[in-house]
Amino acid sequence: MSGINDFVVKFATVNGSGSASANAMFAKTLFRMGIPVAPKNIFPSNIQGLPTWYEVRVSEKGYLGRRDGIDLMVAMNPQSYNDDVAEVVPGGWLFYDSSMPRIWGRDDITVLGMPIAKMCAEKWKDIRQRQLFKNMVYVGAMTALLDMDVETLQGVVSDQLRGKEKLVGANMEAIALGRDYAMEHFECPLPIKTQKSNKTEGKILISGNDAGGLGAVYAGATVCAWYPITPSTSLAEAYERFANQTRIDSSGKKRFGIVQAEDELAAIGIAIGAGWNGARSFTATSGPGISLMSEFLGLAYFAEIPVVLYNIQRGGPSTGMPTRTQQSDITSCAYASHGDTKHVLLFPSDPTECFTMSINAFDLAERLQTPVMVMSDLDIGMNDWMTDAFEWDDAYTHDRGKVLDAAGLDEMADWGRYQDRDGDGIPYRTLPGTHPSKGAYFTRGTSHDENARYTEDGHAHARVLDRLTKKFQNAAALVPAAEVSGNSSSVGLIYFGATTPAVHEAMDILEQSGERPDAMRIKAFPFGEEIKAFAEAHDTLFVIEQNRDAQMRGLLVNEGGLDPAKLVPLLNYDGMPLTAAYVVEHVRSHLNQSQVAAE
Amino acid sequence: MSYIQKPAAHHPALPKNKLGHTRRDYEASMSTLCAGCGHDSITAAIIEACYRMDLPSHRIAKVSGIGCSSKSPTYFLGRSHGFNSVHGRMPSVSTGANLANRDLVYIGVSGDGDTASIGLGQFCHAVRRQLNMTYIVMNNGCYGLTKGQFSATNDKSSPSKKGQANPFDAIDLCQMAISLGAGFVARSFSGDKAQMVPLIEAALSYNGFAFLDILSPCVTFNNHTTSTKSYEYIRDHYQMTGRLDFVPQMDDIKVEYDTGTSTDVAMHDGSMLRLHKLDDSHDVRSSDEALMAIRKSAAANEVATGLLYINDEQRDLHDVLATDGRPLNSIPMSELCPGSDTLAKINKSLA
Repeated sequence: MSGINDFVVKFATVNGSGSASANAMFAKTLFRMGIPVAPKNIFPSNIQGLPTWYEVRVSEKGYLGRRDGIDLMVAMNPQSYNDDVAEVVPGGWLFYDSSMPRIWGRDDITVLGMPIAKMCAEKWKDIRQRQLFKNMVYVGAMTALLDMDVETLQGVVSDQLRGKEKLVGANMEAIALGRDYAMEHFECPLPIKTQKSNKTEGKILISGNDAGGLGAVYAGATVCAWYPITPSTSLAEAYERFANQTRIDSSGKKRFGIVQAEDELAAIGIAIGAGWNGARSFTATSGPGISLMSEFLGLAYFAEIPVVLYNIQRGGPSTGMPTRTQQSDITSCAYASHGDTKHVLLFPSDPTECFTMSINAFDLAERLQTPVMVMSDLDIGMNDWMTDAFEWDDAYTHDRGKVLDAAGLDEMADWGRYQDRDGDGIPYRTLPGTHPSKGAYFTRGTSHDENARYTEDGHAHARVLDRLTKKFQNAAALVPAAEVSGNSSSVGLIYFGATTPAVHEAMDILEQSGERPDAMRIKAFPFGEEIKAFAEAHDTLFVIEQNRDAQMRGLLVNEGGLDPAKLVPLLNYDGMPLTAAYVVEHVRSHLNQSQVAAE
Repeated sequence: MSYIQKPAAHHPALPKNKLGHTRRDYEASMSTLCAGCGHDSITAAIIEACYRMDLPSHRIAKVSGIGCSSKSPTYFLGRSHGFNSVHGRMPSVSTGANLANRDLVYIGVSGDGDTASIGLGQFCHAVRRQLNMTYIVMNNGCYGLTKGQFSATNDKSSPSKKGQANPFDAIDLCQMAISLGAGFVARSFSGDKAQMVPLIEAALSYNGFAFLDILSPCVTFNNHTTSTKSYEYIRDHYQMTGRLDFVPQMDDIKVEYDTGTSTDVAMHDGSMLRLHKLDDSHDVRSSDEALMAIRKSAAANEVATGLLYINDEQRDLHDVLATDGRPLNSIPMSELCPGSDTLAKINKSLA
């Protein structure tokens, strides 16, 4: 086995042991060496003591999807030894703390033992240091085994420890300890190794939640209400961090307000109250929060109040797998709440889109006067992704939608809150406090007529519902259009969100055997015309999604009018990010079966 | 008939306030509640208070939940924006509205079901957040719109109209509010406009969370002779803890009372509360004494009314969060969006 800048290394550690920052420094060093990296945290719903993993795919070609099979396992956790050794590919390497030597029972892999605990016990007196520096010792060993640039690592360590400069020296000593031992005892570097490259120019390394929080700041959001829930929490925290950096005046006054609410019901209620009153407002949550917020989402839909919701999806149903990823809230979000409701959904595929779609989401929410949900997930939200650097055009004007000021109210004769004056289904709204005698109305979730008056007149009720349908249909032309690639195959792949890197890699693999399919990445619901056109131009369409019930496929059939006979579900719902191999295997298997059936 | 507009024409001789508005200008559509409903009296008291305080209607926002009480904001302040939200969730909507624009006056209207049952959690946390609003519970001890089921504020000793016993103890919202840190807590009775109006004026002037629990008999389902939320029972067991005068800002205080029995409380907006204590009433600045007074009255089958507690140094949510002095919804985008130079620096820190 050999692979320059093309391998997977996995760190198996105990959560709460300080390994996360060491692992992140490892990935960041590779990134700064110009090598594409895709780190994935595979962590327990726990604070201390349970197994946790950090899997890093290194790919000169820039394939950022997960790949099965571990080339080098760094096994630092006896609890998970058995599973960890089993994951190593034949011909691969297992690196472990050999302070307590053991027999691994595999003769098809190379075992590299380093007595890390003993080395640390000799080097440091303090118990906590002995524990913490174990992590940097194995990172040091990696620099030798994988031929990493130590100077780059030192820069990363210095950046990481900014403000705690005293610790840089001790960390570098730990790195040297591991590196020197490896150089002396192992044949370094391994056949899998790194080499400086230039594939990360114009790229940054950031999580989707950090990017989403930053996007909300750039979108001009001033009110954030949230309730802690994995994996969305870090988005609200990122918003606060970036707002603290950019929106506090010299006297300490903040141009934003954040409330950690008592529950998800209150979080969305606060966001809706603020949206009603003219502030850009949002909440961030995950599946269980969506269930709780549903009643309020129906109110915002029917009373036509702008609000943005980030749904960082996790494994369901119920409490499910809070620390694993899925795309399984599509149905519940598209139709959240009782009665005839439909919501606008955006599907970012990486942190860069978590940023840009934040701007889209707030603009669309105010333009359409309705909730807009950004459908991220744990994989995008909580893992660092190599992604395009953010861009901002200072000439950009945020779309605040149809809001009447006092002069506008004076000019508009016989204004009514829910009148369709422009024929686009979108009415004009007013904000409290605008005009001494005009524009006041009673916002309600009860049935209302065009002038916001309570009504039990069935015709008036139906007219309002029909206008809402018209508005929703018109939204299809305002949301980001699907991205189509290729027009030469009768087979198409339909995908969205976090599966994007795996699908792109799968297409390259299929191309090698002359089977490259066309592809379409969905970016939003409601669906634009291009989605139906793509479906009509293909005979077989694989709808790739990370849930059991083919929820996007259902939406494409029910709302997009696509022919279900053409739509083949390609589903992955074990909570782990999709791999290209899985896509290739299922596409080939289905096409082969169809061929056999046809013959 | 689902919406009844009152005629717009006014009698020319109607008195006007400093804004040139008559009381009629603070009214809204006709009430559709049952004839004699206590809630309509509270509506009238709110109208009177806003008229007397010369409040511009459009600077007031009304927020409510679901139920008979929550319908009442359609019957007052027709020139104010209103928001009839979902059941039990008025506090969160009010929180968001207040965060977006700190300059408006917020009147939250809720019922005993809306606040003490489905919305108990939201009520507690709005109190705890020290939201600057007036929170009025129109408390009749029952669910009116669904035809008379017990609510959580109905006394254990008070059976239903059909004689069904109430198995559970009542939640006392004033005690809860004081315990949770509300800055202004009062109880009143829809049949006592003289007490209600100055309390509402004081609550609207108060900077922080002002809570008013107003007993408001349900004439249809909870006004029978054995009910403790009936007009008759409340009148018979009514206990005034003191009398309150609301003295608007800049007005001279002309009336003199015996020293030692009156307490002046300066309000944030420059107005003044003058409380005339009755002989054995408690110190309204002491939450412990206030709680004790409520419990003692209840033990004696009395209903303690009036201003029960006030903390004249409460900081509101905006003070706590240190938000900009301007309404957040008025800050121009140029001060909210950090721009391309800052983004370039952020990119650099992530490479």
